[in-house]
Amino acid sequence: MQGYHLTHLRQLEAESIHIIREVAAEFERPVMLYSIGKDSSVLVHLARKAFHPSKLPFPLLHIDTGWKFKAMIAFRDEFCRSHGLDLLVHTNAEGKAQGINPFDHGSKHYTDTMKTVALKQALDLGKYDAAFGGARRDEEKSRAKERVYSFRDRFHQWDPKNQRPELWNLYNGRIKPGESIRVFPLSNWTELDVWQYVHLEGIPIVPLYLAAKRPVVERDGALIMVDDERMRLHPGEKPTERMVRFRTLGCYPLSGAIESTATSLPEVIKEMLLARDSERQGRVIDFDQDGSMELKKREGYF
Amino acid sequence: MRESELINTDIEAYLALHEKKDLLRFMTCGSVDDGKSTLIGRLLYDSKQVYEDHLRALETDSIRVGKAGEGIDFSLLLDGLKAEREQGITIDVAYRFFTTEKRKFIIADTPGHEQYTRNMITGGSTADLAVILVDARLGVLTQTRRHSFLASLLRIKHVVVAINKMDLVEYSEDRFETLRHDYSDFAARLELSDVQFIPISALRGDNVVEPSDQMPWYRGPTLLHYLENVHIASDRNLIDLRFPVQYVIRPDGSFRGYAGTLVSGIIRRGDEILALPSGKKNRVKSIVTFDGEPEEAFAPMAVTLELEKEIDISRGTTLVRVDNVPYTSRRFEAMLVWMADEPLVMGREYIIKHTNSSVSGQVTSLRYRIDVNTLHRETVDRLALNEIGRVGIELTRPISYDPYGTNREMGSFIVIDRATNGTVGAGMIIDRRTQDADTETDTETETETETGGHVGARKSTTAGPKSTNLRSHQSLVSPDARAARAGQTPCTIWLTGLPFSGKTPIAYALERRLHDLGYLVTVIAGSTLRRGLSIDLGFKETDRSENIRRAASVARLMNDAGLITIAAFVTPLRSDREVAKAIIAPHGCHEVFVGTSIETCEQRDEDGLYARARRGEVENFSGVSAPYEAPTSPEVVLSLDNGASIDAAVDAVVVHLERSGALKRTSGHSQDKR
Repeated sequence: MQGYHLTHLRQLEAESIHIIREVAAEFERPVMLYSIGKDSSVLVHLARKAFHPSKLPFPLLHIDTGWKFKAMIAFRDEFCRSHGLDLLVHTNAEGKAQGINPFDHGSKHYTDTMKTVALKQALDLGKYDAAFGGARRDEEKSRAKERVYSFRDRFHQWDPKNQRPELWNLYNGRIKPGESIRVFPLSNWTELDVWQYVHLEGIPIVPLYLAAKRPVVERDGALIMVDDERMRLHPGEKPTERMVRFRTLGCYPLSGAIESTATSLPEVIKEMLLARDSERQGRVIDFDQDGSMELKKREGYF
Repeated sequence: MRESELINTDIEAYLALHEKKDLLRFMTCGSVDDGKSTLIGRLLYDSKQVYEDHLRALETDSIRVGKAGEGIDFSLLLDGLKAEREQGITIDVAYRFFTTEKRKFIIADTPGHEQYTRNMITGGSTADLAVILVDARLGVLTQTRRHSFLASLLRIKHVVVAINKMDLVEYSEDRFETLRHDYSDFAARLELSDVQFIPISALRGDNVVEPSDQMPWYRGPTLLHYLENVHIASDRNLIDLRFPVQYVIRPDGSFRGYAGTLVSGIIRRGDEILALPSGKKNRVKSIVTFDGEPEEAFAPMAVTLELEKEIDISRGTTLVRVDNVPYTSRRFEAMLVWMADEPLVMGREYIIKHTNSSVSGQVTSLRYRIDVNTLHRETVDRLALNEIGRVGIELTRPISYDPYGTNREMGSFIVIDRATNGTVGAGMIIDRRTQDADTETDTETETETETGGHVGARKSTTAGPKSTNLRSHQSLVSPDARAARAGQTPCTIWLTGLPFSGKTPIAYALERRLHDLGYLVTVIAGSTLRRGLSIDLGFKETDRSENIRRAASVARLMNDAGLITIAAFVTPLRSDREVAKAIIAPHGCHEVFVGTSIETCEQRDEDGLYARARRGEVENFSGVSAPYEAPTSPEVVLSLDNGASIDAAVDAVVVHLERSGALKRTSGHSQDKR
């Protein structure tokens, strides 16, 4: 009997696969949001396991703000090509035409237009009724109560008072036309679980997660990488080469790097375990005000 | 080496270690007033799961909205949503995560006041264990009873009753014992199989992570130690194969795979199986996974099965073993928890989701409602929000189910409102075998129901893989009467020491000596227990702890029956020995340390296990690759060093037992030398 034992990672894996299959079985048009980050890499890996030997029965969707790191886009294209994944890329054309950018319009307005509005546009366009995301409950306080199936009305809004209780492993996927759900198969994973799984399964990740010499400027206490010539330097700012890596990836002007010597995955995990600040600390958008993630979620951000 | 050092010195080794940890899901029941949030905050804080930016934010928050007055208000770590933080109540289930050197934990944190039933049922539906908080000053309250009843209804296998705020009752042992009694009296009416009482102070940290200096009278585990070591592997049902087909994978014409999660049991390639509800036989051709085709798979793995025959199988079909089938029916009885503002309407069509089937159905009868505070049954004609009733359900087509008591996944369902699509109810199917009997006894047990719990669940225990009946009937034979008959006062002599220190030969020689002196005596030794009662256990620490718990329970039973018992176990951990002593305590447990030096042990080791352990071939070998914590105050210390004889060791034990008065003859039975 002693052999019939699943480690915590294998239990989490089985639970996530169950959720992914359940959505594929009960929804007409699911889509998997693909952010290129480590959590997305794990999510796609789990989906490949769920439907092996078949291909994924849904496409991946990347919301491209136009300001992602170049290394992310290169990784995305190679990752999807080598695994034969069906990738859709959506950009808010209107916002792009207006030249909305993180420098002139502030992080709030920029994120709202190029991420939240763009996501809603893409979901409406594809008439998707279920969208997988890689969010985890351990990321932030307001996510501790998030459901695995997060119910959204026809305006993609999340009402904290109107979420369904989730019992056992029975998920209620019934919705009315126009309504949708966001699904979080990694709900019960922690940051360490994700990294450990990436390591264990040899899942490819964007090289930006590993430390390397990169040109950065220090701005309001954050290290911002100068990824292309669009980066606006303040008077007196001069990019310097420093050994840095990123704990979370997004738009390069809004992603803070940390100084690090971790050039391999185990070293990254070691630094993370010894770290004294949580990963969201590097995400500039969360700093606005207390409860800001909750506000953004109500508006339709992930 | 501790994990924190390992992270620094050898991260790969740490990862290998961390990867092997198992997972315990537990729920916490209690209100803010019981110090529940403080307790969880402390578990997270003391196990170093709180990041500094969270802590800084917490310090800011404590000043702005905190209730603690001074210092850090741990409860603010937990209350997630802005609205409820301002209202000062937790109104939903929040999930927390932490990891220790032994296990990964998921806490379902459920509020004690508002919407308690709905939230507790949600949080408890996936829990292996429930921590029920009791305020030491206030004792067993209505809400304690309510929480315990719901834990029992959900068949949560392990319950910890944490008697909190011991600092406010002067760490009184008497108070603790009184509350333990009060709770046990009440809980005897429920279905709680394993209840552990721990006196704590969440605020001061006593017995939460670190043992308390304030309560030397308490010899059991700390809360965290218990959570880390409670044996959960045998809670899973590996007997009844149940594979509800979730999704059919058909990449092309040549492959057809049935994907799903094994909710219980084990399946092997070549197994003959039955598809329900059609009843057609088939055989497993292969078990397909992304990582290869294993020979077998077991619960709760998510796999894909390829079958030999192409028959009509789709989502909603359940695959089972031919000789072990669930019920298949359109009708069943259940305990139903109502979770919506709009009450249950009898005869209305609802959607019942059970495993992977969604079927239309209705509630055809409502036998009674149970008051969660008093456990009274009431005749009613409707169920409102947060009410629980026993109902009859009829579906438009059959489903395959097991009683909830034997199989959580096969016995649970949710009720969905067709108009709003909301999840309005949660149900647990009652064992059919007991349903008829229950009907008969229903009328004649009216008076009993005041104290009687919910009959349906209680009676279904016989079907469970594990007995879950805490109802402790009093023996009509008193310990004194038994001692008088046996002519002796029973006790346990517990021999601890390194492998090959001589415990077992000493135990058997001691048994012979005591027998010759006229005592009724028996030996339980590690090797015999592991060949029988503990055959399912391995040698990792949790398994070893469980083995000791079982050994101590057996010793206790032997003592209860009047026998003197000699237990010979390595028992390397102090904490395990404390658990054993606590179990045996009423009869007296005499700790004997066989302190033979490791060099002598190694010489006595004819099997060469020490040498193999040193080469890394034997894992978890006490004294080499696992710790041995020598007892600090054993009653007797023995050693086989320098050619000391087993006889001399036996003499020393007998002399000690006689002098201390442990070996008492209680009547004039003649010494029967044979």
